[in-house]
Amino acid sequence: MPDPNVEHLARLARLDLSEAEKERMRAQLDAILTYIDKLRQLDTEGVEPTSHAIPMVNVMREDEARPCLPAGAMLANAPEREGDFFRVPKIIEE
Amino acid sequence: MPTIAELGARYRSGEATPTEVVESYLQRIETLDPQVRAYVTLTRESALAQAEAAGKRLKAGRPLSLLDGVPLAIKDVICTNGVRTTCASKILENFVPPYDATVMARLGAAGAVMLGKTNMDEFAMGSSTENSAFFPTRNPWDLARVPGGSSGGSAAAVAADLAAGALGSDTGGSIRQPAAFCGTVGVKPTYGRVSRYGLVAFASSLDQIGPLARTIRDAALLLQVIAGHDPLDSTSTDVPVPDYPAALGQGIQGLRVGIPSEYVIEGMDPEVGKAVSAAIEALKGLGAKTEKVSLPTTDYALAAYYLIAPAEASSNLARYDGVKYGHRAAGGKDLIQMYGRTRAEGFGPEVKRRIMLGTYALSAGYYDAYYGKAQRVRTLVRRDFQQAFERVDVLACPTTPSVAFKLGEKEDPLQMYFCDIFTIPVNLAGLPGVSLPCGFTQSGLPIGLQLIGKPFDESTLLSAAYAYEQATPWHTRAPALT
Repeated sequence: MPDPNVEHLARLARLDLSEAEKERMRAQLDAILTYIDKLRQLDTEGVEPTSHAIPMVNVMREDEARPCLPAGAMLANAPEREGDFFRVPKIIEE
Repeated sequence: MPTIAELGARYRSGEATPTEVVESYLQRIETLDPQVRAYVTLTRESALAQAEAAGKRLKAGRPLSLLDGVPLAIKDVICTNGVRTTCASKILENFVPPYDATVMARLGAAGAVMLGKTNMDEFAMGSSTENSAFFPTRNPWDLARVPGGSSGGSAAAVAADLAAGALGSDTGGSIRQPAAFCGTVGVKPTYGRVSRYGLVAFASSLDQIGPLARTIRDAALLLQVIAGHDPLDSTSTDVPVPDYPAALGQGIQGLRVGIPSEYVIEGMDPEVGKAVSAAIEALKGLGAKTEKVSLPTTDYALAAYYLIAPAEASSNLARYDGVKYGHRAAGGKDLIQMYGRTRAEGFGPEVKRRIMLGTYALSAGYYDAYYGKAQRVRTLVRRDFQQAFERVDVLACPTTPSVAFKLGEKEDPLQMYFCDIFTIPVNLAGLPGVSLPCGFTQSGLPIGLQLIGKPFDESTLLSAAYAYEQATPWHTRAPALT
């Protein structure tokens, strides 16, 4: 049973967990994954994977311009904005 | 407590007006909801305005549909234009969608009235509504107990008659399990039957919107309005929508009902087992033929689900990054720090757990062993059902292994996950399922019977459920709230 690397997973998931949260998470993930491990007992050799229960492929539509919501409506929920832009903390280091 | 069908008849005969009815619902909510806490947001003014408009149409003899003027509760995971949609999460606490989900547009076009948005487990992850970031909802039959989840607010609202009907969403049992716990009807339609446009995504290959109501006929009336293809959801299917209410009352003579032997498990509440057995006898008495069927992969479905659903959730919830909408943590030095803090502050423990689990299942080195394996098991689960449905028309089993439990009783996440052991396989296979009341325990708690149907055969499913409902008294009982 692989030991989930909580630090690494939290980084991948962009979750700043506290030390207490990490401790708890380690124990809980361990219990859940131990249960999930029962899947190994099942032989799935040669079985195709299912990603969607109702099979469908490439739902296409005409490439036509359609009305969309105005920028103001799309920006109305932004935590921070500047003009017609979403404002974020700096990305590039000086 | 009139049903939706009765309300419609009273409106059309002039015996009642939508304004009177909506006012009395708002009054009832004011009196009783402080105990039940089904609603997160009430939309009093717009409800009264919608009721008034419906009243005018009815008076003029031109109602928009059988739902015109009917007051409904909507799970707070469904986007409502201009009305806060929180998913019971801090991260969306102040999110006001700029558009309506397709189901809301359809209900609006049918004249239905929205009373408010209902409480739920955060992002629909949970089975008790205790994972709401705001407050837990109580079971109207026993206020010390949970209403189930994740659509616990919608189920409790319908059970306590704080709405004539409701919409919920079901990813692993989130409509059927709370319906069973609250003694209401809950329908999870076939995957693709109802548009998911505007449904905040949890696990996109499993999520489906469906109705909760006090009777099968009411659920059929609601499903009729929300079902159908939507160009805005490429996974909604272009299969014709039959007349669901018309399918009711045709009887079930000769209906082949399969009894899956794997749906009797150790640790199951004996009162649930007894009530479901009695319900199967009642179906026989109505002319159905029962036979044992086997769904051998059942025991693995829960484990597969807890890889597939969290994997999809970890991707879907990546959008909550504090940039376009929702909560943003203060003081992040750079973008990465802002993301990490925003998500740490905004998500509750269960959501974090599922994001971590999904990230693990999808991470390099584990993808094939976990996610890939789970998808292969999903194929086997589907195959089990396909083989069973070669011999039978519907399957009958308990909705849940136990009745409503007490708040705080299930602290271990894995124990909570087991609540959905009988509902999860249905989502993995994309099938329609209904839960309806089939009795009460000695202590007066409702028990749910689950019927499972073939893809897009909601008509047979509802007609079987209706035959049982009409032959039994359970749907006429109501919780005593004052």
